[in-house]
Amino acid sequence: MRIRKLIGRLFFYLLVACIVVYTVFPFYWAIVSSLKAGSGLFQVEFWPSNPAWDNYVGVFTGQPFGRNILNSVVVSVSVVVLSLFLAVTAAYSLGRIQFRGRGTLLMVVLSVSMFPQVAVLSGMFELIRWLGLYNNLVGLILSYMIFTLPFTVWVLTTFMRELPKELEEAAIVDGASPWVVITRVFLPLMGPALVTTGLLAFIAAWNEFLFALSFTLSNEMRTVPVAIALITGNSQFESPWGNIMAASVIVTVPLLVLVMIFQRKIVSGLTAGAVKG
Amino acid sequence: MTTPSVTPSFPQRPTEGATATPATVAAAPGISRLTRQRRRAAWLFLAPMLAVLALVAGWPLARTIYFSFTDATLYDLEYHEFIGLLNFYYLAIDPQWWRAVWNTVFFAVISVSVETVLGMIIALTLNAHMPGRGLLRAAMLIPWAIPTVVSAQMWGWMYHDLYGVINEIFLFVGLIDTPRAWIADPSLSIYAVIAVDVWKTTPFMTLLILAALQLLPGEVYEAARVDGINPVKVFFKVTLPLIKPALMVAIIFRTLDALRIFDLMYVLTGNSRATASMSVYARQQLVDFQDVGYGSAAATFLFLIIAAFTVIYITVGKVNFDQGGK
Repeated sequence: MRIRKLIGRLFFYLLVACIVVYTVFPFYWAIVSSLKAGSGLFQVEFWPSNPAWDNYVGVFTGQPFGRNILNSVVVSVSVVVLSLFLAVTAAYSLGRIQFRGRGTLLMVVLSVSMFPQVAVLSGMFELIRWLGLYNNLVGLILSYMIFTLPFTVWVLTTFMRELPKELEEAAIVDGASPWVVITRVFLPLMGPALVTTGLLAFIAAWNEFLFALSFTLSNEMRTVPVAIALITGNSQFESPWGNIMAASVIVTVPLLVLVMIFQRKIVSGLTAGAVKG
Repeated sequence: MTTPSVTPSFPQRPTEGATATPATVAAAPGISRLTRQRRRAAWLFLAPMLAVLALVAGWPLARTIYFSFTDATLYDLEYHEFIGLLNFYYLAIDPQWWRAVWNTVFFAVISVSVETVLGMIIALTLNAHMPGRGLLRAAMLIPWAIPTVVSAQMWGWMYHDLYGVINEIFLFVGLIDTPRAWIADPSLSIYAVIAVDVWKTTPFMTLLILAALQLLPGEVYEAARVDGINPVKVFFKVTLPLIKPALMVAIIFRTLDALRIFDLMYVLTGNSRATASMSVYARQQLVDFQDVGYGSAAATFLFLIIAAFTVIYITVGKVNFDQGGK
């Protein structure tokens, strides 16, 4: 009986090890590959025998990658700020006030989050060109609202609804206007929810590809995902894999640090957005 | 999708006054002044969000659907003629389009199924008590957080036909006897794409299932263990029925996501016909071939499919909007 239990334990930890290797290995391999210079890249070695930073230098000299990172930061941060601002007031209305058409509005918001991006591509292209925002970061910020806004509104509405009613009642009895109620009563309580939704919106904007590919033209205006997808080396036939891996590591590490710091919040945000929705 | 008017001059439903917040303050006939003020504020606060949504979602969608009935080109969007259903006719007789539809459906069904099973196994494992569980859950978030484009490139390198680590490992283990061109071989590439998607999105599935598992009452399992019931039986008779609602939502979420997949195929295999999804096909027509009318028709078709799925989701998921989606 004890042996059976021991074998069971052993099998269990083997399973755990498999899961870890499976999830972590591809990224580990990217790091290892990015540290191999020259022909070292073409030998399968699970540990780089003489690590070199050539690929990391190559990324920044081969294309305006620094500029691409800056673009991504500007776009993602703006998207987060704008969508949180719009979503907080909207979530107050949807979560705390009974009015006609609220159910319909929530349904509209949820439906928009299901839109395939390609379904709005031609209309969005026309709109962005008409606004004179083609090949412009503002155009990207505006278009990203289509996927961050429904999500932030939805999660914040769920959060708002669960706050105790007494808080608001006390403020209203004191004669506070709805705006004061939002900014003075709810906003201080919403810190955790704002961090979670903001982070998820940031990641979504940081990773977006289709709009960034379609609405920018020059190397200088590209965001990171587009830059990484379009890195081309000197040779027409072989991609500069070392540079691509280095670029991949550069943009992923900050993201992973954020995710590790806020992992509990992210998990609760994901489940609030999906399980409860 | 138009911005609603700010003046809330609705006829009142009889129950509303009672359910609204502290309406007892003023005993005005009908509804209180406070309630009315709050309703007006509600629309005022909603207006900016709704205006932005109308601008970036409603309007472009309407224009896309409109373009699908025209012969507009990207070169000059303004000069176009109404050509009725001609684009849809061409779409219906284009074998490449049907290939894209098939690719997308095949991709969605296989990858979501594998992700569900795999996600379930991993979630059950992580749900067990063991040291370092938090660390494991953090590791699960790695594939989820990595941008799809980066995942595609990372795997593209691992799939490399000459220097790829996957060929190396598979040769070593004996799964294959000669190196394979995972990306270039049209019979393999769709599976290569599916494998990347499974790797990237299983964590999402795992976390959702894990969240559902942790809400389960412990007493049931205690009772089952005391009665000496086989764990496999417990899983199918107790666990699965209990987490089924959450699981259904997760599956539908992932299916909707998989049906609109674009970046994975585009980065990994370009516009290759063997893997092109509906989104890839539509974008190629729209941007590369500049055929906005035809590309919009394809995009509209995809939109209709997703819309149908969304309706199913809302009915099956029994999302109750007045309760706030609980």
